[in-house]
Amino acid sequence: MYKEILRSIDNIQVWPVVSFVIFFMFFLLLLWWALTVDKTFIRQMSELPLEDGTDPIQHSKTSSL
Amino acid sequence: MELERISYDNKIVKYFIVATVVFGIVGMSVGLLAAIQLFYPIFNFDLQYTSFGRIRPLHTNAIIFAFVGNAMFAGVYYSMQRLLKTRMFSDKLSWIHFYGWQLIILAAAITLPLGLTTSKEYAELEWPIDIAITLIWVVFGWNMIGTILRRREKHMYVAIWFYIATFVTVAVLHIVNSFEMPVSLFKSYSWYAGVQDALVQWWYGHNAVAFFLTTPYLGMMYYFLPKAANRPVYSYRLSIIHFWSLIFIYIWAGPHHLLYTALPDWAQSLGVVFSIMLIAPSWGGMLNGLLTLRGAWDRVREEPVLKFFVVAVTAYGMATLEGPLLSLKNVNAIAHFTDWIIAHVHVGGLGWNGFMIFGMLYWVVPRMWNTKIYSTKLANLHFWLGTLGIIFYALPMYTAGVVQSLMWKEFNPDGFLTYQNFLETTTKIIPLYMLRAVGGTLYLSGVFIMAYNLIKTAYAGQFVANEEAEVAPMVKAANTGGYWHHVLESKPILFTTLALVAILIGGVFEMVPTFLIKSNIPSITSVKPYTPLEIHGRDIYIREGCVSCHTQMVRPFRSEVQRYDPKNAEYSKAGEFVYDHPFLWGSKRTGPDLHRVGGKYADSWHYRHMLAPSEVSNGSIMPAYPWLFEQTVDKSTTAPKINALRKIGVPYEAGFEEKANADLGTQAAKIAESLKKEGYEVLPETEIVALIAYLQRLGMDIKAKKASEANQ
Repeated sequence: MYKEILRSIDNIQVWPVVSFVIFFMFFLLLLWWALTVDKTFIRQMSELPLEDGTDPIQHSKTSSL
Repeated sequence: MELERISYDNKIVKYFIVATVVFGIVGMSVGLLAAIQLFYPIFNFDLQYTSFGRIRPLHTNAIIFAFVGNAMFAGVYYSMQRLLKTRMFSDKLSWIHFYGWQLIILAAAITLPLGLTTSKEYAELEWPIDIAITLIWVVFGWNMIGTILRRREKHMYVAIWFYIATFVTVAVLHIVNSFEMPVSLFKSYSWYAGVQDALVQWWYGHNAVAFFLTTPYLGMMYYFLPKAANRPVYSYRLSIIHFWSLIFIYIWAGPHHLLYTALPDWAQSLGVVFSIMLIAPSWGGMLNGLLTLRGAWDRVREEPVLKFFVVAVTAYGMATLEGPLLSLKNVNAIAHFTDWIIAHVHVGGLGWNGFMIFGMLYWVVPRMWNTKIYSTKLANLHFWLGTLGIIFYALPMYTAGVVQSLMWKEFNPDGFLTYQNFLETTTKIIPLYMLRAVGGTLYLSGVFIMAYNLIKTAYAGQFVANEEAEVAPMVKAANTGGYWHHVLESKPILFTTLALVAILIGGVFEMVPTFLIKSNIPSITSVKPYTPLEIHGRDIYIREGCVSCHTQMVRPFRSEVQRYDPKNAEYSKAGEFVYDHPFLWGSKRTGPDLHRVGGKYADSWHYRHMLAPSEVSNGSIMPAYPWLFEQTVDKSTTAPKINALRKIGVPYEAGFEEKANADLGTQAAKIAESLKKEGYEVLPETEIVALIAYLQRLGMDIKAKKASEANQ
């Protein structure tokens, strides 16, 4: 049954190709962006969790369990 | 620059933490009970509310939505405020979210033992609760997006991205999978039927694992791991790629739950390919987590928090390698329907989610109560009990899975199945079931120790309900050329939209072909809608959770065809399920497949078997169902059920609902008569009669087709 219904969708065979192209283009763009993005921005971002504005003394007091 | 004084809301986090610990203990205890029931059926207590079929969904729902869910909210509320340098958008919304979610859990804890279930895995709750979940989820999202818009940090850290993706995708999954036609307040039928229902369900089921159990915890990993290690994440670039590739690929992989079923081949292959691709982002994420500890491994030896995180991230890596391997068709042929899958999910559940939660709790509780942990020794003890628990859980289940699967498939030199009786393959693995319960007990005892340790910590400290912070106000973005808030506010919305688009593309590609399939047009003419008595019987089958242990999907393997349909050699065809709202293919064979059970045994066999399974099949671990012999079918629901089914495409002729009960009476009387002949006196109204009618119907339509072909 499914084969007949799938056959009845025009150009069904192109779907996997389209999905691959969308997928691949997205990742090329993403890679390009991630690799060229400013270094200081990356550093700032990665340090975000460590600076939340609370008293750092309180943290060092309890940093070791 | 002038610093602003703000306060982070710790109280809401505290409440979610308490709920996490309480429901963790409850959910795991229920799981342990279910594990014990599998080797000592007496622990089903011969009570309908505590039989395995109803306990198992209670366990999965409690763990996923109550334990992991509450911990997720605790982690999100704690980290989001600090990453965005603002209090949550609205305290009121936070509390509506908290109490609303707990009420939903309460509703689940009441309705599931009562047998009120849709039977779709991890989506068992009935439609009014589904609506409540939708509303509370919107409150959560509203609060989250509101907080993001009010942030004092220009950029959103990657953890926030994972939270956004979680919110958006779970909303889409839940709504699409919960389309159902209500019959009464606590009964509904899935909108979809058969193959379509199966695909929607496993698109949901797979992505619920992805976006409820994985993405929020990855966000938490990217926050709590650097915090606990006191150093930034290894590679922020990698985390960006991790995020986008994960959410982009994950959504496509759902069909790997349906390999060798009636699903079109190309969809199965698509699921496999994307599953294999998933290894890349998953391992990227795992390595990013582990490498964050570079140069700090000496501290792992001393700090239980880091130990828990290391095992959690490792378990994530193991489970995400195993998952794609399981989706290869040759591996799947062996592993599917066996305890291998149970081992796989528990490496994820106990290892990844559980240990992430424990690590987070040990880190957060001393800070929120402004003290040190009560006992590092006890935390270490918990770590070892938990780790041993995982090993004692997983190893026996892997062994059980492989042993049973090989026994299912073994042929003797004459070409017959070596183990013709399914029960032989079950009794063989019972010692392994016992070992699994030992693993579960170890793990659970660790959680009790944690609860004690955390309570003692809290009592020793002073709870900081509102944690003061001094933060810089949002910097005006000079280079954007527009109003700063316009530019900034547009980003999270844009981001949310992008995440939504990414998951929708995958979802649409996967679903559209099946939605185009007119599954309500019978492709096998001999397949007819269920009779009124069979509808009731099927609903009893759903209520009792038979689908937890019995599949209805004979896969196209010689071993399965020969075992389940030796006479006609018919595997399960898509056309046989067109009236199945919901589908009942199942995902685990603790007992044999039932799709060809109709006509295999006499009515009296089923009668005796449901009353005392182990007396009919010596050594059977199936629970007894004595209440089916006392309770009667509620005939007043027949007409609403038929009306509801007709509305979603089952072709009952107009006015059929009026004569349906007469039809039901005739069929029931016939079965009661046949039982009487064999010496079993039974009232035709009792539920057992309806259930027998349903079981005897299974697979009969395809046999009718065969018979009519033979006549021609």
